[in-house]
Amino acid sequence: MIEVAIRLARPGGFALDCDFTVPARGVTALFGRSGAGKTTIIQAVAGVVRPDAGRIVVAGEVFFDSARRIDVPIEARRVGYVFQDARLFPHLPVERNLRYGERRSRAVERPIGFEAVVALLGIGHLLARRPHTLSGGERQRVAIGRALLAQPRLLLMDEPLAALDEARRTEILPYLERLRDTMGLPILYVSHSLDEVLRLADTLVALREGRQVAAGPLAQVMSQPDMLPVLGRFDLGTLLDCEVVRHDADYALSTLAFAGGELRVPQVERAVGATVRARVRARDVAIALAKPESVSVSNLLPAMVEDVRAQEGPYADIALRVGEGRLAAMVTRESAERLGLRPGLTVWAMVKSVAVEGSRPEFRDAGPTAPR
Amino acid sequence: MDMLTPEEWTAVALSLRVAFWATFWSLPFAVLTAWVLARGRFPGRSLLDGLVYLPLVLPKVVVGYLLLLSLGGRGFIGQYLDAWFGIKLIFTTAGATVAAAVVSFPLTVNAIRLALEAVDRGLETAARTLGASRLDVFFSVTLPLMLPGILSGALLAIASALGEFGATITFVSNVEGQTRTIPLAIYSATHMPDGDAMALRLTLVSVVLALGSLLLASVVDRRIRVMIGRA
Repeated sequence: MIEVAIRLARPGGFALDCDFTVPARGVTALFGRSGAGKTTIIQAVAGVVRPDAGRIVVAGEVFFDSARRIDVPIEARRVGYVFQDARLFPHLPVERNLRYGERRSRAVERPIGFEAVVALLGIGHLLARRPHTLSGGERQRVAIGRALLAQPRLLLMDEPLAALDEARRTEILPYLERLRDTMGLPILYVSHSLDEVLRLADTLVALREGRQVAAGPLAQVMSQPDMLPVLGRFDLGTLLDCEVVRHDADYALSTLAFAGGELRVPQVERAVGATVRARVRARDVAIALAKPESVSVSNLLPAMVEDVRAQEGPYADIALRVGEGRLAAMVTRESAERLGLRPGLTVWAMVKSVAVEGSRPEFRDAGPTAPR
Repeated sequence: MDMLTPEEWTAVALSLRVAFWATFWSLPFAVLTAWVLARGRFPGRSLLDGLVYLPLVLPKVVVGYLLLLSLGGRGFIGQYLDAWFGIKLIFTTAGATVAAAVVSFPLTVNAIRLALEAVDRGLETAARTLGASRLDVFFSVTLPLMLPGILSGALLAIASALGEFGATITFVSNVEGQTRTIPLAIYSATHMPDGDAMALRLTLVSVVLALGSLLLASVVDRRIRVMIGRA
């Protein structure tokens, strides 16, 4: 497990207060807007920033404990840190950048091999180059490789894609997915981009203005109404783990099954039986009291209202139970009153749009494994 | 080589030797001082700062006289240097080297300090997360990145040591072959009835040496910047 429970106050008025325990495997995203305290948390985990009080424990190893006066120095923590701005050593060629941490790793055995990392990140042709001759995307890949070769027990990534343009981002994301799926290394991933989080994360810690809003498995956290201030109205929604049931080549559609029924979506490039993650935004779910007959929306699901939250402002947040699953919906407060939405009411959920976020292999056992 | 008389060659060779050794010995101390001034947080830092830059603003004759008082044959340090180690600085090349080193020290420290302050501390943090201790980080990251500053500081030190006059003549006097560097030789020449030609030739040498070291500094600086990827 990775346990982070820290408090910290800065003269500028910034204060951080968080307390979460997440699995020491897969990707844990620290998510929130800038100024939320995401970077400060991983700096504290790395030992770069010292919290005022608290505890940081990674896989049984105590990094920091104010009560027991433990503060392990940065270099002894063995965490790989990938900075937003790469921070390659300008005076060393790529290969010596990569070897910098490898040479200094005290591990007797080095489970993460040089050749494997170079192959994983596709940087073999860059080894002799100088950092200033690399593109932003290449630099970031080398920085990831350098961190991996230091044989870390935990990888910290601070918005590794934020400094890159859209094309470079698309170039790097597949490498990050391969890294997640092959290295068996826990990753703390800082991001303010929902797309990245949905694509990479298994666990989510949501932060807002230095406070922890929610922490837990991604799908569970994403549908919590607490997430509204973090995500905003536009992005609030539900994540559904689905199985591809069949493809309909005539209409280029696929059918996905989830706990609450089936969804018809534009054809996904996955085999029948594959697991995919689908996202339904709350604003894309409309509610009808009777089954609508002549509508263009093809995903109609029988549902039951579980909760209605409508205090002020134009919108009401509706929690629906659909079969064994849940779905968040958003309608105007006026509509909610007109329809008389209340817990227990049976309704029809009209899902106007579904985004499919890509497939997820099952977790491998913890412990580094060589990439294929 | 009859461009210069043997006496003039002696002065030129002596100047180069004094300037080289003065820079050589003061460089490690200059790096250390620059590091302490740029990174250190301790009471009395401002005082140290002032002391380091003092020789730059004091009249050089005063610097020379202070050296005489402290390191001279009966100086409070000098007498022990002689008694314990047999080191005599008065009237010797070693003394001229000390005078040149003290006078050029603030310039060297300043150049190195600017270079140190330009080093991205984020790179040092990155190095530590990769398992390097503080000392390791200094030698593997900070020092290589300071290299252009250290070299330009060294060349500046050599150039200023070549031109040192006041402190040298006050501290170790004007002894041919021992302490008579180019500036002192020019000064002597102007006091001789037929010394004008000699003064002129040595002046020319001074200009060439100064210009040469400045050019060398810019070439070396450019080379190193390319080498460490700062071009």
